[in-house]
Amino acid sequence: MALLEVSGLNKRFGGIRAVKDVDLSVQEGQIVGLIGPNGSGKSTLLKLLTGVHKPNSGSIRFDGREIHNWPINKRIKQGMAIVFQHSRPLHRQTVLDNIKLALLPDRVFNIHYPGDIEAKALQAARLLGLEDVVDAYPGSLPFGYIRRMEVAKALALSPRLLLMDEPFAGLTPSEVGELAELILSARHEKQAIVLVDHNVKAVYSFVNRIIALYVGAKIADGEPREVMANAEVRRVFLGKSMDEGQILQPSMASEPGGDNLLLDLDIESLKYGKAEILRNVSIRIREGEFASIVGLNGAGKSSLMKAVTGLVNYTGDVKWRGMSTKRMTTAQIIRLGIAFAPETRELFHHMSVKENLEMGGERLNRHELEARLEDVYALFPILRERVAQPAYTLSGGEQQMLTIGRALMQAPSLLILDEPTLGLAPVVLEAISEALLKLHQSRGLTILLAEQNLHFALKLSNSIYLLDHGSISWHGAVADFVQEVGDKFLV
Amino acid sequence: MRFSPSSRNLLTFCTLLLITLVCLPWFLSLYIAGMLTIALYFSVFTMSWDLLFGYSGEVNFGPTFLIGIGAYAAALLNVNAGLPVFACVLLGTLTAVLAGLLLVAPALRLRGPYFCLITLVSVLVLQEFITIFAQYTGGEIGMTLPGVLSASGMVNYYLALALVCVSAGVFLGITSSPVGLILQAGAQDPVAAESLGFNIVKYKVLAFSLSAFFSGLSGAMLVFYMGTASVSIVVSVSVILQIIIAAIIGGRRTIVGPILGSLFIIITGQWLQYLGQLDYAAVAILALIILLFFPDGIAGIILRRH
Repeated sequence: MALLEVSGLNKRFGGIRAVKDVDLSVQEGQIVGLIGPNGSGKSTLLKLLTGVHKPNSGSIRFDGREIHNWPINKRIKQGMAIVFQHSRPLHRQTVLDNIKLALLPDRVFNIHYPGDIEAKALQAARLLGLEDVVDAYPGSLPFGYIRRMEVAKALALSPRLLLMDEPFAGLTPSEVGELAELILSARHEKQAIVLVDHNVKAVYSFVNRIIALYVGAKIADGEPREVMANAEVRRVFLGKSMDEGQILQPSMASEPGGDNLLLDLDIESLKYGKAEILRNVSIRIREGEFASIVGLNGAGKSSLMKAVTGLVNYTGDVKWRGMSTKRMTTAQIIRLGIAFAPETRELFHHMSVKENLEMGGERLNRHELEARLEDVYALFPILRERVAQPAYTLSGGEQQMLTIGRALMQAPSLLILDEPTLGLAPVVLEAISEALLKLHQSRGLTILLAEQNLHFALKLSNSIYLLDHGSISWHGAVADFVQEVGDKFLV
Repeated sequence: MRFSPSSRNLLTFCTLLLITLVCLPWFLSLYIAGMLTIALYFSVFTMSWDLLFGYSGEVNFGPTFLIGIGAYAAALLNVNAGLPVFACVLLGTLTAVLAGLLLVAPALRLRGPYFCLITLVSVLVLQEFITIFAQYTGGEIGMTLPGVLSASGMVNYYLALALVCVSAGVFLGITSSPVGLILQAGAQDPVAAESLGFNIVKYKVLAFSLSAFFSGLSGAMLVFYMGTASVSIVVSVSVILQIIIAAIIGGRRTIVGPILGSLFIIITGQWLQYLGQLDYAAVAILALIILLFFPDGIAGIILRRH
């Protein structure tokens, strides 16, 4: 009998089906990686297994018991353990105390610590190479140690199934290798592991089985090598298949217009707490250019877009027409003529389509506003039909169009788009792709796109930057990208 | 048992504080000793609040719901049923725990701002009830109690001090035990605490019951010390504000800090009384200055770890 048996699992959020009829089983001792592009439902699936979310239908059997409705703590007592991506350890306690916490029984009248807890906690710390820092406070330690401490806590529970959410996120490549080795040597060989990670390379070398998901459904399941060679897996990660030669049509995009440098970006480092997200990234965008930043999820694309718009702090500088924007607020940067359509869309959900657009064009006079609105409706005719509807009632594709439309209302010189293809159906992609092409070619708008869907990016852009673990690993023209990087992009 | 540097600090500090509080009335006038007695009862309110805020992670905007129920239940039993003071205090305390568990504790199961809102509303409801049933409760004016704890100012002072010692002992015991660690973990990140196998609602209910027990007990004893029970002493919103300010300037998450904060608030309040209407504002401004320069409060300065 399998340790974990999932069948017909479904999870809906509003109108979106995040997980669709997923079946899977995990045997004792297996290490399974869940992969998939952004919005594929892999994190939601993991949250259903941990109990953070409850499924709408379907069954989860763990060790022969139906657990889909169990609270988290009951699952843990049954033999699961969880490592979260964003952990908030106890900062007033030492590393050892944090590990002790995991070893305490769940009894309210538990006034004394068990006598052997110190020894057990030390042993758990040693397994993850934490013996030198047990008396340190978590706040004083580098990010990699905190992650190890979280793994030590989870393994201290001696689980039969360890669930890990993005265990490698935010770590440098060498830390990824170290952590993977520590986990493998610390774990008992009968323990099973299921993990989700954006870092496909790290998952590939760590697991002995991969399950690939796409828009909520399972598309492949098997040996890592088989799964990564699977045509459908390659298609969902890269857009259309590389092998079909369909992307060799970069001619649709026109050559960059002038030599006028709009954006001159040099970021030395961007950190979230202790995790370094970007290292030595340089990007130059000329007027009339369509540049794309491509890379897998977690590569740092969104953080880069947020740096340009002043939403996050970084060391280095971003110059707009030669002028430094480092000291400017986001509002000041936007007023320079940079419009941002974020990945999360950030629409005003309870306002109508028209009100959302008017918010974008708030600084225009009455006449300009009307003209701009007409422009946006001409580009996305469906929005005209939906003018009075609140934004939250729109479909995913319409919301994306509205996000782009609202950005255009700001009459920008540069349009920044973060993953506009996220979770959208092919037919909607086609419409958005046409609109962007029109904006770029006939109106000469400069566009900076961050995109995981390689096909979409290659079809539209003049130049490509490949972002890999926070650094630019390649940049140049679209045609060269296909020849030089091609399908080595994935693994 | 191994003492960390911070717990050794705490021990020294508690001993010094206790010696000071024991000796203090020998040198003071009866009037000032009486004022300190009130401050001692008040510090039990504040410590009970700190247990919830500092360890359990719940902001209780209605500590006076528990205090008021304890106080009014005890007072009503004394006035209407003529029960002895001891029985009234005991029953008042139990009523406070029961009312807290039935009316407020269910909100501990919910995530988000519900607990804060329910605690705040509970106080307003209690205040309304006291006004509506004015023939029993004395309404806005309050009620005068036939029973007293003791006629001697000294005995009253030491009774209050004994209550402070017992409640501080229980709170410190709980917060330094495994339960305290689990409570803090649940406050920091409930999902992470759940995923170490803890049913954190259980621990929150325990902390809430303890907080309710000592709030109710202190409220009941206070009215028998004062000889009157009134909204302005044990229920009103300004009492809530004083408790919260005292806990924060004393030093949240320290249990003993709130004792200092309470003494500070009550003593400066009295000291600044000649300012008339302005005294409350003056205390608030002083508190604000302490918060700005010492965000960890008075105890934070004394018990600094690093």
